[in-house]
Amino acid sequence: MEKFSTLSGIAAPMPLVNIDTDMIIPKMFLKTIKRSGLGGNLFDEMRFDRQGNEIADFVLNKPAYREASVLVAGDNFGCGSSREHAPWAIADFGIRCVISTSFADIFYSNCFKNGILPIVLPQDQRDALMKDAEKGANARIEIDLVAQTVTSSDGDVYTFEVDSFKKHCLMNGLDDIGLTMEKVASIDTYEVQLSAERPWV
Amino acid sequence: MSPKTLYDKIWDAHVADESDDGTCLLYIDRHLVHEVTSPQAFEGLRMTGRTVRAPDKTIAVPDHNVPTTLDRANAETMTEDSRIQVDALDKNAKDFGIHYYPVSDVRQGIVHIVGPEQGWTLPGMTVVCGDSHTATHGAFGALAHGIGTSEVEHVLATQTLIQKKSKNMKVEITGKLNPGVTAKDITMSVIGKTGTAGGTGYVIEYCGDAITDLSMEGRMTVCNMAIEGGARAGIIAPDATTYAYCKGRPHAPKGAQWDKAQAWWETLFSDDDAHWDLVVTMKAEDIAPSVTWGTSPEDVLPIDGVVPAPESFTGGKVDAVKRALDYMGLTAGQKLTDIEIDTVFIGSCTNGRIEDLRAAAAILKGKKVKDGMRAMVVPGSGLVRAQAEEEGLADIFKDAGFEWRMAGCSMCLAMNPDQLAEGERCASTSNRNFEGRQGYKGRTHLVSPAMAAAAAITGKLTDVRDMM
Ligand code: SF4
Repeated sequence: MEKFSTLSGIAAPMPLVNIDTDMIIPKMFLKTIKRSGLGGNLFDEMRFDRQGNEIADFVLNKPAYREASVLVAGDNFGCGSSREHAPWAIADFGIRCVISTSFADIFYSNCFKNGILPIVLPQDQRDALMKDAEKGANARIEIDLVAQTVTSSDGDVYTFEVDSFKKHCLMNGLDDIGLTMEKVASIDTYEVQLSAERPWV
Repeated sequence: MSPKTLYDKIWDAHVADESDDGTCLLYIDRHLVHEVTSPQAFEGLRMTGRTVRAPDKTIAVPDHNVPTTLDRANAETMTEDSRIQVDALDKNAKDFGIHYYPVSDVRQGIVHIVGPEQGWTLPGMTVVCGDSHTATHGAFGALAHGIGTSEVEHVLATQTLIQKKSKNMKVEITGKLNPGVTAKDITMSVIGKTGTAGGTGYVIEYCGDAITDLSMEGRMTVCNMAIEGGARAGIIAPDATTYAYCKGRPHAPKGAQWDKAQAWWETLFSDDDAHWDLVVTMKAEDIAPSVTWGTSPEDVLPIDGVVPAPESFTGGKVDAVKRALDYMGLTAGQKLTDIEIDTVFIGSCTNGRIEDLRAAAAILKGKKVKDGMRAMVVPGSGLVRAQAEEEGLADIFKDAGFEWRMAGCSMCLAMNPDQLAEGERCASTSNRNFEGRQGYKGRTHLVSPAMAAAAAITGKLTDVRDMM
């Protein structure tokens, strides 16, 4: 997994609330058995018409935001299904950070497993960054995971919370399975106890 | 000992390891697998030379994109990419030695219907699946939730999940439901009240007379949509209804094992003075047959309501509602019962069980669907289908003009060819009314099975109470 420590990039504003995983990656793209290559279909139904032409006023089609690496989004981003295709598509497009007031649970944890940092900020701070993002390509937002700060293009600094274990894994690009394997003795012990206490499991 | 909630008790019984910061390795009792979210996980195992740690606790069934047409045995009916996914699941199940119900098996169906039906899901268990509607299994007093593909791989390899504990939320529904009001109306009304983010960070325990009065089928419907309310999981304490459902199922314990199991299950309830981080209470009498009008499951109203105006909302929701009304082709002030539909879908892990089909058939008996209506029933499993045929329900549906399909997810998410065309409007018993969920530019109104049947007859969203 790609490591994440700091990021300086263009932020695309997506103020819509409840952006769901069907919007992020429509189901016809779930038929792949690979993880890669989904970025071309990120937000497909909002980004392209049925003939596959770009819809000019969709934010990521505007010249200013084609290289965006941050999304500033409306409340409850990523609700809906558990499909990890959503963060795969986001990462494949080149977005490494999403900022909102709230995220759906499963999406939130899926982000960390794919090198994406989801940041929760209070509404006024998110709104300020949304305004910032609306300025286009000149407004770069800086994210520092080590210090847990977001800095707007005007130099306003906001701090955010992140679980220390998730932060550690994201900063070091650590694979969860490898980490858990180091604790295999605890799992072995648990299983012995389980077969005594709840043999029907 | 300090008082605990049901969630606390199940959680505590499954912690295999705890770090100083509260991050736990939670042991997983049942891992359900389907064709869409698992191929990359198995690929990951192969690449790293890992195996499935507990193949005996791992159950796979293809459901999301299998055709539900009667001729599906003929491989031609499946698109190339769907077939690749189903073939991959076949191969992965074989290679890794996990339990498997192929399309040709009568027990095949939607993973969340098959698990309980086969007795895989039992009280007090932890159940996960790469699918958000895993919440369904909470109906058994199991801690059940959806996971992403990386976590699927993690569970395959280690039989654990890295988790931090959620908060406790209690949703109490007191009193008795009025006639024509179902479990679906309960769960939709709760989301209408709390919003799609209302449950974020919580595990919800549903309780109260209206919940304990429900059958297991109804309880599964309620828990199924906990995820639409944003919760990590929904859960209902096991009781005599639960035990009666589980007893005798192929993978339920037998004899002395059953007694031992039940003795433990009987300790699984929230203690009287347990701490709740949030409590929501509703009266069953206040719940009416409900329907969604927008593109979020929180956009729900009683059937006798009118389409709301965007201005009646606040914040970002104003624009979201404008967009939703435009997408749905509706105008503020329009009566919900004036909305004409052209498609009816009865099925899904929310409402594809035998009781759902009975409820719909009771309304349809001796009636015909409106001319020009496309109506389909997709039973949740091959066994539900067989039982419905035996009970004569299939004939009622067919006589009324419904298509009688094979089991699968079908038009719930429209990954197979069962889709809405642009602008088509569907009364659907599924769980999501997102833009494009049932087909590009398709319009979805979520309803109960009885309400779907009523709509099929009149061609409009209809108050089922007028037909009873
Ligand atoms: S029926 Fe619908 S909600 Fe349920 S598992 Fe299938 S696609 Fe998901």
